[in-house]
Amino acid sequence: MSQQSNWPLWEVFVRSSRGLSHVHAGSLHAPDAQMAVRNARDLYTRRNEGVSLWVVKSEDIISSDPDEKDAFFESPQGKDYRHATYYKASEGVKHL
Amino acid sequence: MNHDELDAELDSFGDALASATRVTPGNALRPEDIAVGGAKPSEDVARYALTLGDDALILAQRLSHWISRAPELEEDIALGNIALDVLGHARSFLTYAGLAWDKTEDDLAYWREEDDFTSLWIVEQPNGHFGVTIIRQLIVSIFQHLLYSKLTESADETLAAICAKAVKEVDYHRDHAIQWTVRLGLGTEESAAKMRHALEILWPYVDEMFQDQELHRKLDGIAVLPSSLREDWDKEITAVLADSGLEIPKTGQAMANGRGGEHSEHLGFILAEMQVLARKHPGASW
Repeated sequence: MSQQSNWPLWEVFVRSSRGLSHVHAGSLHAPDAQMAVRNARDLYTRRNEGVSLWVVKSEDIISSDPDEKDAFFESPQGKDYRHATYYKASEGVKHL
Repeated sequence: MNHDELDAELDSFGDALASATRVTPGNALRPEDIAVGGAKPSEDVARYALTLGDDALILAQRLSHWISRAPELEEDIALGNIALDVLGHARSFLTYAGLAWDKTEDDLAYWREEDDFTSLWIVEQPNGHFGVTIIRQLIVSIFQHLLYSKLTESADETLAAICAKAVKEVDYHRDHAIQWTVRLGLGTEESAAKMRHALEILWPYVDEMFQDQELHRKLDGIAVLPSSLREDWDKEITAVLADSGLEIPKTGQAMANGRGGEHSEHLGFILAEMQVLARKHPGASW
């Protein structure tokens, strides 16, 4: 078990069926990419969950900074006009 | 429309949306289907199915021992999955064989004696270190992959159907063993030495896998002659070993006769552990 720290962490994305997107399922350790996709198969598709897998090295994912949450994500709040539901159909438009 | 209304509308699509993502077990031939709807095999076909089932059962029992003991958490699940796949094959073969003798898979697994088991010696060999288990998997899964591939064309429809499902699974087991053989063979000096050692202690059980029996000849068109698989097996394993910086060891061959019910010293211990619960509490269920 002590060796585990030598194996990089990988993020796993599973597509559950044709036409849907790959969705993040979790992470795992593996020595290399080929083994990572096999481990992903064993860990995340054993109940028929998937038809396709992606693995990405966790360190290759650039994520937004949680401390920047306000600056990053609060701006759209209250801006109802960015949603289609904000607008009323004009009386002249019958089939909208 | 406000958010609550939108949620309500999405909810109304609930079933339609869920159907695209719902996880189902899927459809495949199960032992339960064979027990209920399977055609009764002839005595010879049953004896043949029993040999395939015994190989799978003993290998599954050996592999299950890795659960909670594998070198990595991920590998623990990989070996556990493989053990369960192989146990599934055993259940199908034993269920089918049992139809000839009015016995269930459990009757055959738990209530036969050591000399009734027809499994090969290779599958009862100890797990050893991880490399030994990987080499055993390499030897057996390449063999089973070739065997089950051919059996999908067997004149016996049930055997062909069981193998059609099993061949896809052993294809993965083979890949798993190859991946590890390459990595450990080309890994460190120590991992390569351990792989060479694993090959030396397991190679003596190779020839037995390819010995033709009277039963195979009698079941022309139904069974596969094991000797007919040797050339492809040799070619495949030699290539894997070459890619791994390993080679076929120079060892003698064991006088193995598992098909005739004669076993190495290991099978008795495996059966004692596997059968004790069923024998202590006959007919128990939960």
